[in-house]
Amino acid sequence: MSDTLNKMLGGRQGAIGLAILAVFIMIVLPLGLDPFRIGLIGKYLTYAFVAVSLVLLWGNGGILSLGQGIFFGLGGYGMAMFLKLEASDPVSTAIQSTPGIPDFMDWNQLTSLPWFWEPFKSLPLTILAILVIPAFFAYLIGFAMFKRRVGGVYFAIITQAIALILSILIVGQQGYTGGVNGITDLKTMLGWDIRTDSAKYVLYYVNAGLLIACILLSRYVLSSKFGMLLLAMRDKEERVRFSGYDVSNFKIFIFCLAAMISAIGGAMFTLQVGFMSPTFIGIVPSIEMVIFAAVGGRMSLIGAVYGTLLVNFGKTMFSETYPELWLFLMGGLFIAVVMFFPNGIAGVYEKYAKKVPFLRKLSEESPTPKTAQVAAVTAVEIKEAGVKA
Amino acid sequence: MSNTDFVLAVEDLTVSFDGFKAVDKLNMYIDKNELRVVIGPNGAGKTTVLDLICGKTKSSSGSIKFKNRELTKLSEHEIVRAGVGRKFQTPSIYENLSVYQNLEVSYPKGRGVFGSLFFKRNEAVVAQVHKIAREIMMEDILNTEAALLSHGQKQWLEIGMLLMQEPELLMLDEPVAGMSAKERDQTAELLNRICQNRSVIVIEHDMEFVKKIAHKVTVLHQGKILAEGAMDKVQANEKVIEVYLGH
Repeated sequence: MSDTLNKMLGGRQGAIGLAILAVFIMIVLPLGLDPFRIGLIGKYLTYAFVAVSLVLLWGNGGILSLGQGIFFGLGGYGMAMFLKLEASDPVSTAIQSTPGIPDFMDWNQLTSLPWFWEPFKSLPLTILAILVIPAFFAYLIGFAMFKRRVGGVYFAIITQAIALILSILIVGQQGYTGGVNGITDLKTMLGWDIRTDSAKYVLYYVNAGLLIACILLSRYVLSSKFGMLLLAMRDKEERVRFSGYDVSNFKIFIFCLAAMISAIGGAMFTLQVGFMSPTFIGIVPSIEMVIFAAVGGRMSLIGAVYGTLLVNFGKTMFSETYPELWLFLMGGLFIAVVMFFPNGIAGVYEKYAKKVPFLRKLSEESPTPKTAQVAAVTAVEIKEAGVKA
Repeated sequence: MSNTDFVLAVEDLTVSFDGFKAVDKLNMYIDKNELRVVIGPNGAGKTTVLDLICGKTKSSSGSIKFKNRELTKLSEHEIVRAGVGRKFQTPSIYENLSVYQNLEVSYPKGRGVFGSLFFKRNEAVVAQVHKIAREIMMEDILNTEAALLSHGQKQWLEIGMLLMQEPELLMLDEPVAGMSAKERDQTAELLNRICQNRSVIVIEHDMEFVKKIAHKVTVLHQGKILAEGAMDKVQANEKVIEVYLGH
């Protein structure tokens, strides 16, 4: 197996875990559930992108961002702007006083398309914007914060404030952004109707595939020297700095990567749910996403996906019966996880998996996944080096 | 300031914290392959001097030249890359990583973001890790998680992490604090070995240990040099006995 591929899969155990996840979200769930439920799970899986990004940023890098909704939202709005322009062709908007612009602009007495909407007429430019704009925004925030060595709680609070500011800005600029309602009535993408059941399935699989791809990319990053440095920085930042590394650059990079992954989730959210609104940007969704990652296990990329699914199932079930209790329950869940299961579901699994014979067999070759694996790889290489020498 | 043959030339170095001069017009010259020990009572400014050299604290005035290159204007990682390594007073290692990983992370290649993403563990890296691990007497516990090491081993590991970078100047802040007598002896041997091809500055309180390693001793007091020279001369110096050794 080539080195890069091995790094992506994370060795034998990593590959098994990923295969189980892929089978679960791509075969088991679609077979067992009706289109409506599949739509719901597709929506949850878009949040999983953010949870995965938080495993990189928070679990491994020790950088707690309470504003990942910013990037989820930027990605989502990018996609929504493209779809909205396509839905606002002059024929279907003929009754407006200015045909050919989105309906909410017309209601707000805009007579021409604002300049920053122009690039979103093209799908390639839109996709580029979805990937680049959130990363660039993260770069600006990261540069301003990390170069000044702002970190920890201060960083968390500042990201939270930015999330709030952005959602207020979007609500306030109704004519340009659709305001509090968001961007709605999205119909087709390049003429393909995204609202049909078959389209929902296609989008579900595209989403699941992208999620797996993001996990593979993250795996690669974490298993490279960069990943080791992230852990080292989380542990002893000064030591890393005095080992000749410019710590801020590493933090900026991981923040940008996390932003990009979150933005992909946001864009897929818009496609599957059919609208985007500021309620997915502000403080509450940003914190919810941290809870998804915490419940799944902030050190586990795959755990983050399960955590997201589990919390959202819980949310859907409970908020149908006791809507007013849900937020308290969620808060309680977060406290419980932090106090009793600091490594979330993944941590519990690792602790108890060995007691189940079948699971033990699966993971026999590397009893404690992460460290033992590296040790095993190292041992082999040492042997090889010894032979060569 | 003119150029010199010294590895490190500190001239008129001053730093003041709210008017308090922690280091006051300090002059110090370190030769190639020299092992210098800095002693002095608490608050004499010993650690501050190291902080100034490695860039952790910015000087108020004066100059620090390393191989005739001015360090006071460089940032921390640039100073490290120039060839200055610094060990902290409390062992500062990555507890979540194995001994092997601790050493590997300190290998001076792949220091940029993208360099580290595409860094490959080749034979040269493995060989260097093993060479250093042997040096610090930890070759047989490479796969141990660093958190499980004894205090002495943690100190050695941090020295090893610095050696990975092959620094020309190594600065150690109280390397034997909290070590057993046997570990102290081993550390003295280690330091005598590693100063063969580099200069070393050590801050230390343990006079027995200082005797074993020092080529030259500098005594600091209130941010100034009180005495400097061979160990026996310094020990006989009346001023030194009065402020530091006497009690």
